Amino acid sequence: MLIYACKRLGVAVLVAVAVSLLTFSLIYLSGDPAMALAGEAATQQDIEYIRKFYGYDRPLAVQYADWLTKALTGNFGYSHYLRQDVADIIFSRLPVTMLLGACALVFALTLSIPLGVLAAMRPNTMVDRFALTLAVVGQALPSFWFALIMIFWFGIVWRLLPITGTESWVNFIMPSVALGYYVTPAVMRLTRTGMLEVLASDYIRTARAKGLRPPVVLFKHALRNAIIPVVSLAAVQFGFMLGGSIVIETIFAINGLGYLAWESIQRGDLPVMQAIVLILACFYIVLTYLADMLNAFLDPRIRVA
Amino acid sequence: MALPRDTAAEGFVASRVALNVGEILEPTPAALLRRRVFGHAGLLIGSGVLVFIVMVALTAPWLAPHDPLDQDLARKLIPPIWHDSAKATWTHPLGTDGFGRDYLSRLIYGARISLLIGVAAMVISGIIGTTLGVAAGYFGGRVDMAVNFIITSRLSLPVVLVALAVVSLVGNSLWIVICVLGLLIWDRFAVVMRSSTQQVRNLDYVAAAQALGCSKARIIVAEILPNVANNLIVVATLEMAHAILLEAALSFLGLGVQPPQPSWGLMVAEGKGYMFFDPWLVGIPGMALFALVLAINLMGDGVRDVTAPERRN
Repeated sequence: MLIYACKRLGVAVLVAVAVSLLTFSLIYLSGDPAMALAGEAATQQDIEYIRKFYGYDRPLAVQYADWLTKALTGNFGYSHYLRQDVADIIFSRLPVTMLLGACALVFALTLSIPLGVLAAMRPNTMVDRFALTLAVVGQALPSFWFALIMIFWFGIVWRLLPITGTESWVNFIMPSVALGYYVTPAVMRLTRTGMLEVLASDYIRTARAKGLRPPVVLFKHALRNAIIPVVSLAAVQFGFMLGGSIVIETIFAINGLGYLAWESIQRGDLPVMQAIVLILACFYIVLTYLADMLNAFLDPRIRVA
Repeated sequence: MALPRDTAAEGFVASRVALNVGEILEPTPAALLRRRVFGHAGLLIGSGVLVFIVMVALTAPWLAPHDPLDQDLARKLIPPIWHDSAKATWTHPLGTDGFGRDYLSRLIYGARISLLIGVAAMVISGIIGTTLGVAAGYFGGRVDMAVNFIITSRLSLPVVLVALAVVSLVGNSLWIVICVLGLLIWDRFAVVMRSSTQQVRNLDYVAAAQALGCSKARIIVAEILPNVANNLIVVATLEMAHAILLEAALSFLGLGVQPPQPSWGLMVAEGKGYMFFDPWLVGIPGMALFALVLAINLMGDGVRDVTAPERRN
């Protein structure tokens, strides 16, 4: 287990380095960063000064190493637009996005796992078909449009829910649904196939033959085993949702990381953009690592491979 | 002398009968496939809708009643004909938007943009992902490790965010959006092609080709690719739908297709401001987007069910 954990950790660190290289290269994507900072009216002298001041005249490798060591100590640079430390801005916005992601995940899991179990218990019935139809429809629904439709009916026509802000838990209902429904098809399908497989296995037949009550067989014996892959999928999807929250936060004007990313992109605030991409990527890497470890812990066969 | 001839004739007739019975009992693989295709409602509906949208996109210049970019502020915000309004008119069956542009024409031309982006991004990501996946699956070992590493790195990047950032930095045009999407969404191609190639590469016909002295390139092109083509088609449809949804989201956020081009995502964004009083401005392009993506997904699921019925879920 320890060897496996170390190996996986090594890969995770390498992936993080690769991602940080890509993130760093964003600066040079738009051309000369000094020229972009100086603005259009700047003279050649101003540009040279800015280039020296921010160290853009050094070799790329040195710049990267400098940027990375600073990022590792929590220093993501300075936002010239907001005149504030990037780290401060980001950590003031991060909790809202985490909360939104967690709510969305809870919504997705409470909808998809029972539905997947029900569909697996009665394959090829109305329940099963309803679940599969819901999955197919859910995969095709554009999230921003779904959010607007909900705003129109629940917010404007029926006036049931607030359409912007984060004041109370009611404000989180629509954004969580809009963010979470996209995950439900994948989780539901995985629960369903997992349950179908487990329910057909020998130890379930044994459990039934012993005369155990059906709920015990279903939840204690079957679901416990079928849920293992769902846990790691849920972790991965949580990472995706944090990245996808940019659309939902923009629509519902939720002042989180996604909204910040959108604002920074609009005004070309590069240090903030880079920091958000790097943080979300690292978050995803940590989540997948934890999911792998959990899987290896629950299923010893994985550790050997 | 007559006797043996008779039995011969009888035998001949009997064998003909047996042949006929055999034909009835065991239909050819092609007939089985046809039966599965025409028995699959999702596949038929999906491909029907998709063919319809493709035809509309191809014949847009003849179908569209107006120029999609033609503004007329005197005729702005006319509701669609099913509205109980004196302003509704058959000249603009789906009404007009805030600039007085004919909504039906914009919808028709929008199909072109969605399909173009979907197909082009799918081709780019398909080439990248298939190359990586087949190489990893066929060569294994270090190549496999390297490709796995690339896939993991790519998966850890948040797609929407990176696409938005890159488009905003490089500048946006239709082709830049296509390239950025194509470079970002190849991961599923690589994952699926890798595992399908691993399944196929140890089969007897690959060993036979190796024994015949075929080159690696020939084995990959002539033996492996045709046998993973089914999975490739399924992933291709899924990724095409994915690319269309991503383009719509980028355009909705203002960093995809630029105005005045009629992209469906952009139309939703432009209609958002009028949503309180004219919700159809948001509803119509969204429905179109939903129908297109649903049709592509239904077709992809259908192809999977029909070509590999045992993997249905």
